[in-house]
Amino acid sequence: MDHLDQLEAQSVFILREAYRKLKPLAMLWSLGKDSNVMVWLAKKAFLGRVPFPVMHVDTGKKFPEMYKFRDEYAKKWDLDLLLGTCPPVEEMDPSLPPAARSAARKTAGLAAMIEKHKLQGVIAGIRRDEQGTRAKERVFSPRGASHKWDIRNQPPEFWDQYATPHEEGMHIRVHPLLSWREIDIWRYIEREGIPLVDLYFAKNGKRYRSLGDQDITNPVESNASTLAEVIAELETTRTSERSGRAMDHESEDAFERLRVAGYL
Amino acid sequence: MTNTLSPSAAQSQEPATPIVIVGHVDHGKSTLIGRLLHDTDNLQDGKVAQIIASSKKRGLKVEWSFLLDSLQIERDQGVTVDSTRIPFLLNKREFVIVDAPGHRQFLRNMITGAADAEAAVLVVDAAEGAREQTRRHAMLLHLIGIRHVIVLLNKVDLLDFDQAKIEAAEKSVSELLTKLDLEAALFIPASARDGDNIASRSERMPWYSGPTLTEALAQVPSPASRAELPLRLPVQDVYRFDDKRYVAGRIERGRVRVGDTVIIGTQKTPAKISSIASWHTAPQISAAAGQSVAVTLEPDVIPDRGDLLHKSETPPVAASRIRTRLFWLRQEPLRVGESFHLRLATAEHAVTVTSIDSVVNLDDLQKYAGEEVPAEGFAEITLSAAETILFDPFVPGTADGRGVLVDRQQRIVGGAPLLGPAAIADGEKVIHPTGSNVTTQDRTRAKGHRGGVFWLTGLSGSGKSTLARATEAALFADGVDVTVLDGDTLRAGLCKDLGFSEVDRTENVRRAAEVARILRDAGQVVLVALISPLLSDRALARQILGEEFAEVFVDADLATCEQRDPKGLYAAARSGKISGFTGIDAPYEAPVSPALHLKTSAGSVESETKTLASFIKDTVRLSGALKARS
Repeated sequence: MDHLDQLEAQSVFILREAYRKLKPLAMLWSLGKDSNVMVWLAKKAFLGRVPFPVMHVDTGKKFPEMYKFRDEYAKKWDLDLLLGTCPPVEEMDPSLPPAARSAARKTAGLAAMIEKHKLQGVIAGIRRDEQGTRAKERVFSPRGASHKWDIRNQPPEFWDQYATPHEEGMHIRVHPLLSWREIDIWRYIEREGIPLVDLYFAKNGKRYRSLGDQDITNPVESNASTLAEVIAELETTRTSERSGRAMDHESEDAFERLRVAGYL
Repeated sequence: MTNTLSPSAAQSQEPATPIVIVGHVDHGKSTLIGRLLHDTDNLQDGKVAQIIASSKKRGLKVEWSFLLDSLQIERDQGVTVDSTRIPFLLNKREFVIVDAPGHRQFLRNMITGAADAEAAVLVVDAAEGAREQTRRHAMLLHLIGIRHVIVLLNKVDLLDFDQAKIEAAEKSVSELLTKLDLEAALFIPASARDGDNIASRSERMPWYSGPTLTEALAQVPSPASRAELPLRLPVQDVYRFDDKRYVAGRIERGRVRVGDTVIIGTQKTPAKISSIASWHTAPQISAAAGQSVAVTLEPDVIPDRGDLLHKSETPPVAASRIRTRLFWLRQEPLRVGESFHLRLATAEHAVTVTSIDSVVNLDDLQKYAGEEVPAEGFAEITLSAAETILFDPFVPGTADGRGVLVDRQQRIVGGAPLLGPAAIADGEKVIHPTGSNVTTQDRTRAKGHRGGVFWLTGLSGSGKSTLARATEAALFADGVDVTVLDGDTLRAGLCKDLGFSEVDRTENVRRAAEVARILRDAGQVVLVALISPLLSDRALARQILGEEFAEVFVDADLATCEQRDPKGLYAAARSGKISGFTGIDAPYEAPVSPALHLKTSAGSVESETKTLASFIKDTVRLSGALKARS
């Protein structure tokens, strides 16, 4: 087994644990590269199907290419697609910096979906190597009734034994891609032929390395216009993946505050 | 994480090797990690400047730990809250450095990070020698089965790089590890702060000819393949898709081939692997350790989650009593008689702790007999189950014998590397309490409230029974499943063999608490109305009942109680007809910090009932509980 085989086997194991232990369960699909890999892994785990709903919590501000992609692949992959909306930015914590405040809409939209569908498990495609606070996550990360992430009080997690909700109102965030790195995602996309929005590939000297809302995501300088070129670029880069995400850079703790409140 | 370079620079397709870094607080772990990342060119552009800026902002020099402490609370408070994993590249080989906090709740965070490590670097201040956490960490490395241990003797500048002094430090750490059956692969004298023997050879210790730390890491063996061992495939789930039944699971060791005959679980049902199913891969006829598979069986038997698939010629051990090592993660101590679920791969068995065979003293690392295992303690215990458990004894570096104990609420409370079957000792009481298949959460959901015990203590005549009965009626009317256990009722039946001596009164309290526990575990709200005059007796009740125990002080002054004297007992005590009566010729020890304090000398029964009923509802009702948490 090579490295990608191992990552795949571990993610399949995690998805199967989630499906067995958490009901109702749903997967978040943000239409980005990582969540496409996650849908793909679910199809691996369940022999070509995704046996739970796939949720898109829509900020209404994604790129048009992403909406088109969503509608096309929801059909092609036979997904049980649930759409959620997000409240207006005016309703978000005004003490957050502007981009983080905008991103907080997604937290609120997600919370409403969790309540509405009484979800016990929410599968999300975050990775440890993306951002420092995500490096501290568990594979099964319990959230209390207010959806807060209690960083100081995370349960032990070892030998593939995961936390389950032990109180009414709790849910678990399941992170099957936690150990994957950015380059692993790309190599797996290349190996498996997983479809992607073409915003990831360079046009006129720029490409998106990470995709969020239009107004708070910036492209990076790049001439990588194919999968092979993107992989080659990542093999030599010295900057971080989320460098184009405005909310990560507004203040030292903006992203941490978002995550504690329930952001992904 | 963003602090280090995306290790994508690696060309290799090998998995990263996890290395855990442990050691006593202030022995230099963070400095070591910072130095290592810096000296091996693993930091992102601008990161060093960012750390300097972040340090300066807090009035510090250069705080390398900020590389690891990605949370603002960690930087502000100067403590690492949770373990962090840092990808790290060394001559094209990928590593993940796992840094675990050395502070509170250390054990559960360290175990989270370290359990899958291939090797450990134990950082020891050479001048100070091994300390409490050095021993604790080394013990844990032993228990989770990390075989490759590199000892970094740090801060050797404080010993003037002197060979004799450094070798003396090495000897004392080496003796410590020997006690734990751990053998250090290497001892490296180093100064992490100055970079001596980290990534480059120290010029200040010409006498040292061994490897630097980076050279030592490069020699850490890659994980051994488990494909050649006898098959173990624990069933994770069984799916039925399109009229076909698939048995899903991850192969822990060995391999399966289409056409193999396997034995399923304790029923020993044989079946043939008729296919290995998959999606979007080439058709498979065999699969090996590490792979998550879905197989179809012939005949189409239906295994359960937790059933172990193995070959008939290489069966696992079968036993219902198992000796196990234990690292204990719960804040309350473990005692004999407690019941848990033992998770073993995908299986889950109800077990009871039938004995605590020895407890490790961390001062001298010796094993002693003990009554309980303290929080974050290490021990050897015996577990009993009502059924036969299939397992393989713990072997470091494999998934064998990796037991984990969870409580009634499915919270992980301990790690239990299984040692082997336990013999039944002479004269031992062999009991097999069984755990319920109905979870606390199921009961809570069905009833709409949690179970709980409210322990009313106070003088005779203070109004405990009156209050308990009125509250019972009020709660019942509100849909709460509630029961009262009061002193006289218990003494009329369950406890009619008991008198009023101190020993008998303690036994009375113990029985009341045990009955309350059974009712509480069945989801009921239990009001115990018992004088229970001694602090030690109520402490006993709390011990039996655990966290869901609320002490309610029903407080009326003696004069009022004596004046009420509903049962004529005070009069009898005063005239000497009965002796040892609480308040007259036996003490009443008032609660120090009761959960609720009701003064009943003046108040009406109605208002106290309301107070008590609403306190109970807030505690057990779900909306109340949710409110309290958010």
